[in-house]
Amino acid sequence: MIAAAVVFAYLAVVLGIGIFGGRSAGHENAEGYFLAGRAIGPVVFLLSLFGTNMTAFSILGASGHAFANGIVTYGLMASSSALVIPVGIFVIGTRLWALGKRHGFMTPVQMFRDRWECGHIGTVIFLVQAVLLIPYIVIAVMGGGTTLRAVSGGLVPYWLGGAIVSMVVMGYVFFGGMRGTAWVNTFQTILFLSFGAIAVAVIARGMGGFGNAIEGLLASPATAPLLTRERVSPLYFFSYTFIPLSSLAFPHIGIFCLTAKRLSHFRRTVVLYPICMFAIWLPSVFLGVVANKAVDLPPIRAKVEARATLATQGPSLTPERRSQLRATASGDDVILKLVEGYAPLWLASLLGAAVMAAVMASDSQILALSTMFTEDVFAFYGGQARFGPSVQVQTGRVFVILLTIVAYAIALTAPQSIFDIASQYAFAGYSALSPLLIAALFWKRSTKWGALAVSLWTAASVLGIAVLQWAVPAPAPGAAVTVWAVGGVDVITRIAAGTTVLGLLPVVPMTLVSALLMFVVSSVTQGSRPSPSTRLRYNV
Amino acid sequence: MALITAFVYVLHQDFWFWRTARPLVFGFLPIGLAYHAAYTVGISLLMLYLVRRHWPAHLEDASERVGECGGATPRAKK
Repeated sequence: MIAAAVVFAYLAVVLGIGIFGGRSAGHENAEGYFLAGRAIGPVVFLLSLFGTNMTAFSILGASGHAFANGIVTYGLMASSSALVIPVGIFVIGTRLWALGKRHGFMTPVQMFRDRWECGHIGTVIFLVQAVLLIPYIVIAVMGGGTTLRAVSGGLVPYWLGGAIVSMVVMGYVFFGGMRGTAWVNTFQTILFLSFGAIAVAVIARGMGGFGNAIEGLLASPATAPLLTRERVSPLYFFSYTFIPLSSLAFPHIGIFCLTAKRLSHFRRTVVLYPICMFAIWLPSVFLGVVANKAVDLPPIRAKVEARATLATQGPSLTPERRSQLRATASGDDVILKLVEGYAPLWLASLLGAAVMAAVMASDSQILALSTMFTEDVFAFYGGQARFGPSVQVQTGRVFVILLTIVAYAIALTAPQSIFDIASQYAFAGYSALSPLLIAALFWKRSTKWGALAVSLWTAASVLGIAVLQWAVPAPAPGAAVTVWAVGGVDVITRIAAGTTVLGLLPVVPMTLVSALLMFVVSSVTQGSRPSPSTRLRYNV
Repeated sequence: MALITAFVYVLHQDFWFWRTARPLVFGFLPIGLAYHAAYTVGISLLMLYLVRRHWPAHLEDASERVGECGGATPRAKK
């Protein structure tokens, strides 16, 4: 119950920070509410931008992935993001900021409409972006319900936990707008950064030092490969470097780039971003790996045994038994179990709060969707001109409430596995949308038809992969099911972790085809190029 | 700038530590993980270099507002 009390206290603090942190902003117009008046300071800009990119996956999923796959997790997800995201912010984010400030853009779609002199194609881009964002919001509600139920020992049921978390997030986004959300993200990032170091120190002491644990893992043929990358092909490893491209195309990241008060705020952000990645991901991944040696803890022993059963008897088991074992072997709560086993109660309670912070990362997406709806739909189709800026802000707030209610209703009725798949491929979808942003900012010959082709291709490919993964169940770990082969070469293969195309993750062909479509379709539709005056305005 | 960034990107594909865990850095960190941890810190130095030598300072001047092209107006402009 102490853990539950700490989590509830944390929720109250977050609500307070969001509401009171946002009070100083001028909420009478859209720019004040949705972009904090383009006046976020350097420290909040760095910590909040980083926090916006850190989802539940970064804290819990990373250690869970490392528990099952070993140290490769860090190279797959952390060091590649640590390069691609800061370089992207340096090259794209700064330019987006300058153009946004110069022309008054508040969303990427506004810029696309202006850049390519298009209206309804912008609406198509809005729809694709919105559909790809919604799974995150639903999953956050599900995560909130599950976490509150777990930390309260079942006293808070799933439906109530989801409702409480939704209300808290909705509360500070509704009242605090961008400034309130940025302050909450800053607070959460500080919590993550502090927790990593403390957790490592306490767990190391509990396990009798990490040196012994690592030597023990190396001594066993079953666990030694977790300390190398021999189970992963270089092609698969290379594929993952395409995933961070999604961060550049996420509307909540693009919109957040517009909130900086000065260009110089980006300087510290791009330099320190990799250090923040290091500080959060290294402990998460390392603890996930060494958890394999913590078999004196019964919950972790059960996970290791379930994984061993899957590996040895997987193909002969029924699909139901396989999915049951997969659920037991899942390592998403492995850090929780380590801290419960080795840390004092006060630290375990703080961990509950940190986990809560991770699953509440949907605030930026909710605010971004609200901004996009009010700017890209309400204002664009004449709402602002007819009703004024004050009504526009109120519309945004009503949208926040409606979105929260819809997400909550879906979270109560839909199975989580569907949204796990959807969010998994939303990353690939946003990576495939990144050529849109790059072409708009850097390629003068790009046209609106190229933009439409990229958007439709992204929607079709994400849908296609989701259907494929639903229709072809995941095989046992280590096994592969050929879905499509040409001349003896496996083109599409279903594996336990998802799908591969010629050995690559789908994100690679999706992004490359997107870039190709932008080039080819724009080249054959040069008659639709924007006017010279428009192109000149983007020549900064 | 593009060449240096591309070179650092290539360094991410470190096939040379693919199948070995030893030496253990500080007695507990497998070399593959230690390499990527050091690589992450190295990127911070790369960014420091880019910020000092290739900072797009002209964008500060380019950001001076010239008018509203936001969602309220583009339709009217068409």
